[in-house]
Amino acid sequence: MSRLVQQLVNGTVLGATIGLIALGYTMVYGIIQLINFAHGEIFMIGSYAGLAVYTYVLPDSLTRNPWVTLPVVLLAAAAASAAVAVLAERLAYRPLRNAPRLAPLITAIGVSIALQEIIRLFYPGGKNVLSFPRIISDRTFSVGGVTIAWTSVFAVTAAVALMVALETFVNGTRLGKAMRATSQDREIAKLMGIDTDKVIVVAFALGGALAGVAGVIQGIRFVSLDFHIGFIAGIKAFTAAVLGGIGNIRGAFLGGLVIGLVEALATEYLPQGAAWKDVWAFVVLILVLTLRPQGLLGEQVAVRT
Amino acid sequence: MFRGRRSSGRRLGIAIVVAAVVLSACGSNKNETQKGADGSGSGKVVKIGVIAPLSGALTALGVGIRNGADLAVRQANEAQKIKGWKIVLAPEDDTATPDVGANAATKLSDDKSVVAVVGTLNSSVAEKVAPILNNQHVVMISPSNTNPSLTQGTDPNKKARPFDYYFRVATTDAIQGPFAANFAYNDAKKRNVVVIHDKKTYGQGLALQFKAQFEKDGGKVPTVETVEPDDKDFSAVLSRVKRFNPDMIYFGGEYPAASLLTSQADQQGLKVPLMGGDGIYDPTYISVAKQAAEGDYATSVGAPTDQLPTAKAFVDAYNAAKYPDPYSAYGAYAYDAANVIINALAQVLPDQKKIDDALRPKIRQAVQDGSIDGVTGKVSFDQFGDTTTRILTVYQVQSGAWKPLKTEEFK
Repeated sequence: MSRLVQQLVNGTVLGATIGLIALGYTMVYGIIQLINFAHGEIFMIGSYAGLAVYTYVLPDSLTRNPWVTLPVVLLAAAAASAAVAVLAERLAYRPLRNAPRLAPLITAIGVSIALQEIIRLFYPGGKNVLSFPRIISDRTFSVGGVTIAWTSVFAVTAAVALMVALETFVNGTRLGKAMRATSQDREIAKLMGIDTDKVIVVAFALGGALAGVAGVIQGIRFVSLDFHIGFIAGIKAFTAAVLGGIGNIRGAFLGGLVIGLVEALATEYLPQGAAWKDVWAFVVLILVLTLRPQGLLGEQVAVRT
Repeated sequence: MFRGRRSSGRRLGIAIVVAAVVLSACGSNKNETQKGADGSGSGKVVKIGVIAPLSGALTALGVGIRNGADLAVRQANEAQKIKGWKIVLAPEDDTATPDVGANAATKLSDDKSVVAVVGTLNSSVAEKVAPILNNQHVVMISPSNTNPSLTQGTDPNKKARPFDYYFRVATTDAIQGPFAANFAYNDAKKRNVVVIHDKKTYGQGLALQFKAQFEKDGGKVPTVETVEPDDKDFSAVLSRVKRFNPDMIYFGGEYPAASLLTSQADQQGLKVPLMGGDGIYDPTYISVAKQAAEGDYATSVGAPTDQLPTAKAFVDAYNAAKYPDPYSAYGAYAYDAANVIINALAQVLPDQKKIDDALRPKIRQAVQDGSIDGVTGKVSFDQFGDTTTRILTVYQVQSGAWKPLKTEEFK
């Protein structure tokens, strides 16, 4: 029993981070129907920005106090990722707004490679694996034979809180309403006086900020990072977004959890599970898409919850 | 009439262009030779390639290999070891990816002046690189490939050398795995070891060799698990192996995954040492895993570089050359590999007026028959292209650094 619970915990923690990244995919897709393949790299930029602020900006006297360090690092990462996401939108995607859909898709792959190379070439020591500071203690606690790390508690809490905040924002504010309108029909929204360019920028900025936070969470949990981490994370998050119904905020988060749980449970209960865990995650994806092509929570185009 | 004139005019034009191209080609050739003459007092240029990861997660090891080979080439040029020839190093980045390595191999072997290659780091990359270089008759000497099939074929009962042009100065996993198993059973007194590997050529080969010998010694391996080398979250697989109450984890793979595995095992309360092969023997393993790495073991090929009396000259020269990065696990082996090549070149090249098609096979023969006293020990090759020296060392992480525990020749 405790083994099952332990794997449920493992899966939830893994899934929450994937879900957090998936939110950015799903929001951007919901509004401009672009699969932003560079989103994984935005996540990676967040991780590096957090590390840079910790290493070069914060004075040594403060780095030992997590109550100061953590918010500063998180904010810096979110800001840097949001800025890069907005910059990519402005420079790479907006000029192609009315081009055939394949053009921005290929551009996104280009942006993704460019961002990886920038970190690889210009971040000090970026070619190698870098170690991320232990901002939160790596201590653990046990409940009935189940071991949980405090970093995992932080990861899940932060992810859920941000998802709820995003939902509240989209459903409860004027700008959120404008986002929903834009996702339903960009042309009509424009005719109604909505500044759709601004809405799109906001979607990129929010998605980027969430990915940046996810980057710091990953850094804190695994105390290491390299310029390649965005690739796998991006693919898993994209899968999660499709699984949950792309364009749907809750769906993306749910998709992340499903992938995390399938991987953990497959490792525990299926023969050679660890070797095949990615396969099982994609089997679930294929099954869901066959039986429910619109995804778990339906492809209500963005944010129309 | 009109037409005829026009066509003759065009022909003249073509002739001028061709002449210009030929002339400029001659001119640039002359320039090159002159430059060579100015640079080192020698006229002709021969190249030694390097294929290793110069970016990506395994950079630390790859850069050490490039620098080791670079040092050997620099010294050979300074000492004018090959009269009338200058050696140039041609490093290529394989990013630890087989396909990228294959491209690098094609590029290098297309250049007639490349006569040999030092590399690769990874056995999985060598599987793609070795056939290409072998077809083009380019000698390849790896400082670090340890998978047995590269020299002995895939069937351990019927050894057959697949690539005549492939050599290595590293001892194979067929020796490293059992060596680790004997240490774990006899010295560390471990009895119940969980084996995990990353499904790559190197990791899987090493892990299964370890398992076979450990079970032969009388130990128990309750399960063999696998992980993805690019994954970060190993909590699920670690939760699974906890039930077996292992007294050690053996990991076949490299330090990026291994460092996360040992720190996450600690977090899960699985506070047993992790043991791995030369792929985890790198300072980065400790800098990432921090205190979770304490007590972990690694085996590596050869004796510890900084403790070998013969290696002192290498270490001093390396430090004097002021490379920005450490020579890491394989720098000294790459240095020896390059020197084996240089030694072969010194025998073959002086009789050679220019680089022709017969040169590459001659160099191969000289490498096969050659023997040098390298910084890591005597370097010579058996009929499979494997090193005849079978020395291995066990290291343990003690107060934040790899400390050698035991060095011995495996019989």
